[in-house]
Amino acid sequence: MLQRNRLTLMLAVAAVAILTACDKDDDPVDNFDISGTYSQNDQMARPAINTVFVGSARKNEFNTTVPSAMDAAFNAQFQSVLTGFGYTSNALGMDKATFAGALVTDVLNVKMNGTTTFFDGTNVLTGRALADDVIDTELLLIFGGPMGTANPGLTTDNVDSNDKAFLSSFPFLASPH
Amino acid sequence: MKLKILSGSLIVLALLGGILFAADHIDAPAVTGPGNTSPANDITDIYAFQSPTDNGKMVFVLNTQGLLAPAATGATQFASNVMYEINIDNTGDNVEDLVIQCLVQNGKMRVYGPVAVTMPGTTSMVNTSGPVTEVSVTSYNAGSPVAATNSNGISVFAGPRDDPFFFDLARFKEIIAGTQTGFRNPAVDAFAGTNVMSIVIEVPKTLLGSATTINVWGETKSR
Repeated sequence: MLQRNRLTLMLAVAAVAILTACDKDDDPVDNFDISGTYSQNDQMARPAINTVFVGSARKNEFNTTVPSAMDAAFNAQFQSVLTGFGYTSNALGMDKATFAGALVTDVLNVKMNGTTTFFDGTNVLTGRALADDVIDTELLLIFGGPMGTANPGLTTDNVDSNDKAFLSSFPFLASPH
Repeated sequence: MKLKILSGSLIVLALLGGILFAADHIDAPAVTGPGNTSPANDITDIYAFQSPTDNGKMVFVLNTQGLLAPAATGATQFASNVMYEINIDNTGDNVEDLVIQCLVQNGKMRVYGPVAVTMPGTTSMVNTSGPVTEVSVTSYNAGSPVAATNSNGISVFAGPRDDPFFFDLARFKEIIAGTQTGFRNPAVDAFAGTNVMSIVIEVPKTLLGSATTINVWGETKSR
């Protein structure tokens, strides 16, 4: 009797040990709730596009329009905003229709090999890195004219870098304040 | 004179665009306006860049819930009813071919993908047929970030971070309002000292297809 109890106890201990081992495993088998259908609320790619180019009445609509449909739905509005800015051309040689067409499909173009940056003086729209001064790039392309020299008071906000140094290893973003 | 005309144009823009904010911080009424019930849906920025530590990997950052004061950051959480999704087009048609879907529940983030998309568009279900990576959400008071890497070489992080975005937003709003005609120097970075709720995912390029250029965007979806 004592022997049998001891055996039962040992089996129980063994079972607990196995269960504990399973629980420690990184293999995600626990009860994460993955049910249901998710509906879109917000989307973005390039900074400030919805903010600057889409009128308040259509901001929600922009956030739920798939990128492949944005050109048809919003190109005219983007062109009218550029007209309001007095836009003619920019340093990339884009006329109004071309620039609106480039901006309106809100995706980040990302090069799979080599430098990935919004703009670094050489590479243009090959990604977006943490330190990229994306606002200055956009201001320059919107207000800078064909030579990038027009409206100097509007082509840089004079904030050129983040307030905290980025990490050299994953996850790269700085710790919170 | 030219600047004066421009600032007039900017006033028109302000009327067209409503109040102007930042990268994508508080960009639309449904994610921030009156009656909004889930600020966790508000994307502030997305970043995509080659890993500084491994040329064979790409890094995606999806930041949400911007302009968090330090005092408010510790109590801020990801929402358990929200899917944070990276969309990747690798065929050049601006339709997602791959997605990386992130859910956060009970202090843990689970990352599904990259995985091929069967039904592109504005509604999604969780696709469990690709790689799955799990990590504990890093708490505000943690001494160092908690990261996890799975057997596919995918690394993931979720938690509060300094907002990497920088912009003299206040001055920009004054220019828009017509009370200033240009930026100032020295400037004031409106995002200095503020935090975001951040998701960072590092993925081997081999899991993203063979295109020379991909198109990337971030989405939040809720159930």
